Amino acid sequence: MAVMKIKKFSFTYPGVDHPSLKNITLPIEQNKITALIGPSGCGKSTLLRSMNRIHDLYPGNKYDGKIELLDLETGKYNNILEIKKENEFIKLRQQVGMIFQKPTPFPMSIFDNVAYGLRIAGIKNRSELQDRVETALKGSALWKEVHDRLDRSAMGLSGGQQQRLCIARAVAVKPEVLLFDEPTSALDPISTGAIEELIVELKKDVSIAIVTHNMQQASRISDYTAFMYLGDLIEYDKTENIFLNPKEQQTEDYITGRFG
Amino acid sequence: MEKIFQKLSLSSASLVFIILIGIFITLFSAAKPAIDEFGFDFIFNPDWNKEVVIDAPQAAQNTQSDTLEDEIITDEDDVIIEDEDDMIADEDEEDMMLDDEDEALSKTIYGGLVPIVGTLLTTLIALVFALPIAMGIAVFLAEIAPKNISYFVGIAIELLAAIPSIIFGMWGLYYFAPIVADIVGGYQVSLLTAGLVLGVMILPFMAAITRDSMNTTPAVLKESAYALGATKFEVIKDIIFPYSKVGIIGSIILALGRALGETMAVAFLIGSIFVLPEAINDPTISIPVAMANNFGEASGLGESALFYLALILFVISFAVISLAKFYFLKKAK
Ligand SMILES: Nc1ncnc2c1ncn2[C@@H]1O[C@H](COP(=O)(O)OP(=O)(O)OP(=O)(O)O)[C@@H](O)[C@H]1O
Ligand SMILES: [Mg+2]
Repeated sequence: MAVMKIKKFSFTYPGVDHPSLKNITLPIEQNKITALIGPSGCGKSTLLRSMNRIHDLYPGNKYDGKIELLDLETGKYNNILEIKKENEFIKLRQQVGMIFQKPTPFPMSIFDNVAYGLRIAGIKNRSELQDRVETALKGSALWKEVHDRLDRSAMGLSGGQQQRLCIARAVAVKPEVLLFDEPTSALDPISTGAIEELIVELKKDVSIAIVTHNMQQASRISDYTAFMYLGDLIEYDKTENIFLNPKEQQTEDYITGRFG
Repeated sequence: MEKIFQKLSLSSASLVFIILIGIFITLFSAAKPAIDEFGFDFIFNPDWNKEVVIDAPQAAQNTQSDTLEDEIITDEDDVIIEDEDDMIADEDEEDMMLDDEDEALSKTIYGGLVPIVGTLLTTLIALVFALPIAMGIAVFLAEIAPKNISYFVGIAIELLAAIPSIIFGMWGLYYFAPIVADIVGGYQVSLLTAGLVLGVMILPFMAAITRDSMNTTPAVLKESAYALGATKFEVIKDIIFPYSKVGIIGSIILALGRALGETMAVAFLIGSIFVLPEAINDPTISIPVAMANNFGEASGLGESALFYLALILFVISFAVISLAKFYFLKKAK
């Protein structure tokens, strides 16, 4: 079942005369990993950032079509492009979390970082906070390394640890969908391996969309792959089909490294 | 080439220290007579330019101190009427001559408490007044206002920072002081008026620097918080403020430096009398104003006492700024 259904979606940045995304139709399957690949500038980030409407922090964007998100409680799909009120945005972003290319620890302690989303969601009970921070850190394979220094600044962690902290922070609020925008491109191979393992582990609980430039990474961890080119979705299929026998010539050229 | 560059930058860096130490030594040696004479009591003594009698027969002392008190009072009146500076000069010379004649009987003592208190209090009032407003302006410009509005308001603020302080002084005296006096009562020229106008003067600095450091908050950091469901207010409070703490403290330090040393605007507004203020709307004097008003006609011990004041201002500024720098910046990390 799809947790998100992107339907005939187009997106235009303010002050740009042509759309950066054209008529994209794509499902994000529940408890699966969907990889978005394609050459630089093809619109991967733009698509990902539409899925939690983080674009709307800056005014003047134009959306067309629909992005439907499954409400796990009611079993109904809601079009997130219709959201206008701040409290609806907050709810959307609690349901659809995001991890960025560079680790973004907040200038506060490790504990407060992970507890941040919970606190602003209104959880004040100290022991509940502690439980959920611990669960999130364990779920992000970071607990062992930081359990004895939770009150220290998160800035003192290594890049890979910071990225896992950001994942823990996003996981702590129990989202339905997690969006990763090149989460390992700023990390060394060992940290990258740890994050990849973690993402695969996470799909038990959340549905995942990940943008990556690393073809091996896409083939290693994802269940579905979407290949984009110049704002179009060229091909979407099971990952093994995309990598072993793509239907489109452009897809084949890209994954064999002939361009991009 | 690299060696030359290294040496050049090293020598320009050491120049700063040489200037700093040079100023300190100059101030110290000029203040030396007053330091020898009054010691640390200078800091706690509220009397400035007061004649005291030493070792005199009982009867003589009585008459003497009577006339002397009169003299002091007229002296103070003169200081308030600033455009009659020349008269003060004349009288001071007379004083000096008197001093010489009666050297055995009396001496003039100088204490710095009044200007020290005046300086610290005006600075404190300015800071308390300016800090919240500057933060509000900075938040508005950095996060809330649309780009073009933010741009024009930003320019206006920078223009405000460029206004010479004497204009602030005149504006404060003719326009602001009556309003303050109407609201809180008391004198038009007072600690409060001087502090508030000083606050207006440091406001644009603090707002502009704080805005700039808020603008350095990386967009992804803000986006990360929004992506967790944070509201704009929460992002400002939890992300932007902690992130720009160092810049904010820097702006406070700069503002403190300016407020402590400001002369012209305060000279218009503080009242310029050597009297310890009992209420916030009482007139008094600050260190730079005391120096500016009295340097021309000062000589001997009086001049040395002014240097002593200057040395104290130097030390206060230095202490306040290093305290702010080391204490708060350490905390921010
Ligand atoms: N803020 C913006 N305003 C206008 N155009 C933009 C903006 N951000 C991106 N674009 C344009 O939109 C297109 C898609 O950009 P996007 O960042 O989504 O590409 P991408 O696939 O993520 O590339 P990369 O792999 O380099 O991250 C590009 O042509 C880019 O120039
Ligand atoms: Mg991108």
